[in-house]
Amino acid sequence: MDALPAHMRPERSFQGLILTLQRYWADYGCVILQPYDMEVGAGTFHPATTLRALGPKHWNAAYVQPSRRPKDGRYGENPNRLQHYYQFQVILKPSPPDLQELYLKSLAAIGIDSAVHDIRFVEDDWESPTLGAWGLGWECWCDGMEVSQFTYFQQVAGVECAPVSGELTYGIERLACYLQGVDRIMDLNFNGREGAEKVSYGDIFFQAEQEYSRHNFEQADTAMLFEQFRMAEEACKKYLAAGWRESSNRREHLMALPAYDQCIKASHAFNLLDARGVISVTERQSYILRVRELAKACGEAWVHTEAGRAV
Amino acid sequence: MPDLLLELFSEEIPARMQAKAADDLRRMVTDKLVAEGLVYEGAKAFATPRRLALTVHGIPARQPDLKEERRGPRVGGPEPAIQGFLKATGLASISEAKIQSDKKGDFYIALIEKPGRPAIDVLADILPVIIRTFPWPKSMRWGARSEKPGSLSWVRPLHAITATFGLETEEPDVVKFSIDGIETGQTTFGHRFMAPSPISVRRFEDYDAKLLAAKVVLDSERRRDTILTDAKQLAFAQGFELVEDQTLLDEVAGLVEWPVVLMGSFDADFLSIPGEVIRATIRNNQKCFVVRDPKTGKLANKFILTANIEATDGGKAIIAGNERVIRARLADAKFFYETDLKTRLEDRLPKFDHIVFHEKLGTQGERIRRIERLAVEVAPLVGADVEKAKRAARLAKADLLTEVVGEFPEVQGLMGKYYALAQREDAAVAAACEEHYKPQGPADRVPTDRVSVAVALADKMDTLVGFWAIDEKPTGSKDPFALRRAALGVIRLITENALRLSIVKTAKSAISGLPDKFAADSGKLPADLLAFFADRLKVQLRDQGARHDLVDAVFSLGGQDDLLMVVRRVEALGKFLDSEDGKNLLAGTKRAGNILSIEEKKDKRTFDGAPNASLYKLNEEKALAKAIDQAKSEAGAAVAKEDFAAAMSAMAKLRPAVDAFFDKVRVNDDDAKVRENRLKLLNEIRAATRAVADFSKIQD
Repeated sequence: MDALPAHMRPERSFQGLILTLQRYWADYGCVILQPYDMEVGAGTFHPATTLRALGPKHWNAAYVQPSRRPKDGRYGENPNRLQHYYQFQVILKPSPPDLQELYLKSLAAIGIDSAVHDIRFVEDDWESPTLGAWGLGWECWCDGMEVSQFTYFQQVAGVECAPVSGELTYGIERLACYLQGVDRIMDLNFNGREGAEKVSYGDIFFQAEQEYSRHNFEQADTAMLFEQFRMAEEACKKYLAAGWRESSNRREHLMALPAYDQCIKASHAFNLLDARGVISVTERQSYILRVRELAKACGEAWVHTEAGRAV
Repeated sequence: MPDLLLELFSEEIPARMQAKAADDLRRMVTDKLVAEGLVYEGAKAFATPRRLALTVHGIPARQPDLKEERRGPRVGGPEPAIQGFLKATGLASISEAKIQSDKKGDFYIALIEKPGRPAIDVLADILPVIIRTFPWPKSMRWGARSEKPGSLSWVRPLHAITATFGLETEEPDVVKFSIDGIETGQTTFGHRFMAPSPISVRRFEDYDAKLLAAKVVLDSERRRDTILTDAKQLAFAQGFELVEDQTLLDEVAGLVEWPVVLMGSFDADFLSIPGEVIRATIRNNQKCFVVRDPKTGKLANKFILTANIEATDGGKAIIAGNERVIRARLADAKFFYETDLKTRLEDRLPKFDHIVFHEKLGTQGERIRRIERLAVEVAPLVGADVEKAKRAARLAKADLLTEVVGEFPEVQGLMGKYYALAQREDAAVAAACEEHYKPQGPADRVPTDRVSVAVALADKMDTLVGFWAIDEKPTGSKDPFALRRAALGVIRLITENALRLSIVKTAKSAISGLPDKFAADSGKLPADLLAFFADRLKVQLRDQGARHDLVDAVFSLGGQDDLLMVVRRVEALGKFLDSEDGKNLLAGTKRAGNILSIEEKKDKRTFDGAPNASLYKLNEEKALAKAIDQAKSEAGAAVAKEDFAAAMSAMAKLRPAVDAFFDKVRVNDDDAKVRENRLKLLNEIRAATRAVADFSKIQD
């Protein structure tokens, strides 16, 4: 790490932190993917996790995923809460026996020394009602701060995981605040430069947080969003129905990925509607169930594709 | 005799599951040993975040030999039966069997001798089964093996199993088995960060000691003691006092293998937040203790954390990190609290009209209006100021929509009180915002302020009647709406405040507030609900060591919906039945009841109605009739004055006449008219005792 130029060091630079994590997991053998090009609520939604977690084929991947949680917007005013932030996501299938050690070494790689810091695995059962997914694992704490989630997937998109994948999700803004010693995400040094060359997180995202908060809470066109939800749901079902092929020896699916995109769209439309406060408590549950039905149908399709099925 | 050491080494076990898991492991292994004829001397189980361990000492080296006689077919029985018998018992030929005779004939008897197996072999059989069937509340699969069905499930990935068996004086043997690719051995690991190297262990004594040297305190009791002692010490050294918290202590002891207690501080400005909120923030999110000034009882701007390592910098970075997180958390809490103070509680109410309480019971807004209405009706009956009760009922739920309660549900009610006081509500109204949730369970305090009592009763009765109306009653172990707790709450509010309140009338009043469709169709509801209260009262009295059958005896009288009177009657009845007079009268009444029910069945009629005095032939009949009249009127008068002890004394006077009657009078007289009259007289005994209780429901 000493070989790194100062501006690339994870304790000085947000992008340095990302690059260090990518390097670490690339060295382990992960494919380093780019973010999925759609609006999602968490890195788990990326098909590289949701769909690739299913089926027996081995799969090791890592990527940054911009995550949108419209309800968490605070007009850029809250020090720790944003409607758009990054997750660094690692998925290893099957989960290797030394996954905890691998994780701890990744913390060491970004400068968290386990001889000085108190690192803990605190129970956290993960469940995503919209994805029809659950797993067991922990919140990982560093000196009392949750810095990652660590999950052994048991079921995803309604399908039992066989084998089980290990999923690591690093909250990189929070980690970076810790490493850089700042209290507000907006104050993070993004590019690791100083003086006039320095670009902060706020320089890039403060305006966006304000604008999207206005949009998410006040202006988002609810009639359009209801319609988008309905259309995405319909399209998803349509593509799923159209994708099935029956041949003499097997049943296969040819369009699981495009169908799943529509499931993601429906989920995001729902999140926006929820932020606008136009979905009542009872309706909320039924929307979640509708997205889950789509996710489950996509999972079922995926395990009948080349990448998702047993050989 | 040899000892067993078993350790299951895994990834971090949730703190809340550890104690029960240790207990389950001990119970399952020792039960199985005993079932296999291996009676041990002692056993103890332990749990840390990363291991379950068990030591069982004094296990016999071998099972005892078993001798069993098995009875076979009749001598000369059919050939297939004999062949089957030989096969089942392992005899080579029927000549090896003994012949035994009894009154049914001669039978073959096989003597089977089963030599006991070495205990270590038995352990190798039973331990894998226990591991595979271990009752974790939630368990999971992991790794490459999870591709195949039937792979091991454990609470988190299991990495190593240590299992040794042997005498103190000798090198122990490994109990050999393998489960899902994990071979048993004698290698474990120390603290994750401070001593991660493998450790070879032989038996419990060196295991415990080597773990301690490798920075693992095996015994959770010892970890708890260390944390508590050190935390008190740290607080004391700075002139403070630890706010003790047993639940938190248990949890924290389950999060560390090597507790290191440290103290941090936060900005004193945050002390403007209510202490309970500070404590909830620090406790729930950070699992840290708070401390107070022993002189004022107020929280200090310090917290105590328990780390899992002795850090090389003495804990500086750990304290700084925790302080940073707590600062951010308290900043959130302060922001929430200050935001909440800007909105008056009543201004939050309209929002409740958009929040569903239960899909069949309408919105929260409707529910609040029902509680308000009912509180107004109940208030005068319990001596509460009607206006204050009305106001309190209106505001009591409003804090549910505050930011602080949204973040920390456990301070609901309490925040209502703070916000009510901040907007200068009457003290009784503010208190009711908090206290109307009480009592939450058998150990919780019962409010005494009458405004709180009125709102608490209205809240609970509305809940009970509402869920009764939509047929969501508790069944078996399922009580999702905590209706049993609500009923117990009503019982305690009434009895401990000595309130006179008719359950049936209050229930009817609550029903009339429900949506029309339920109000119309609820004829049986009050009676059903009363029966539920009777059940709850029984449970409560039983928990207090009283006789629960007496509750039945009183409720069986009918019309008993004044719980305070029921309890008083039960108390008086209990005392009476402890006396000699009571026991004999009970026996006499039961005897009368038994005779009556036999004769009623025989004649297919009842013997109601007054006996005819002219048909009395014996003095004992006349004396009994007189005694009954007297007891009835005296007991009736006493009951009317609610003097149940006096009513019981009046009943006691019946006893000599009843005893004499059974001694001297033959009920089934040859003269049918006399017989009928005597049966009517017996019926009068039963009727008279009903002034105080239905004696037929009392168990002997």
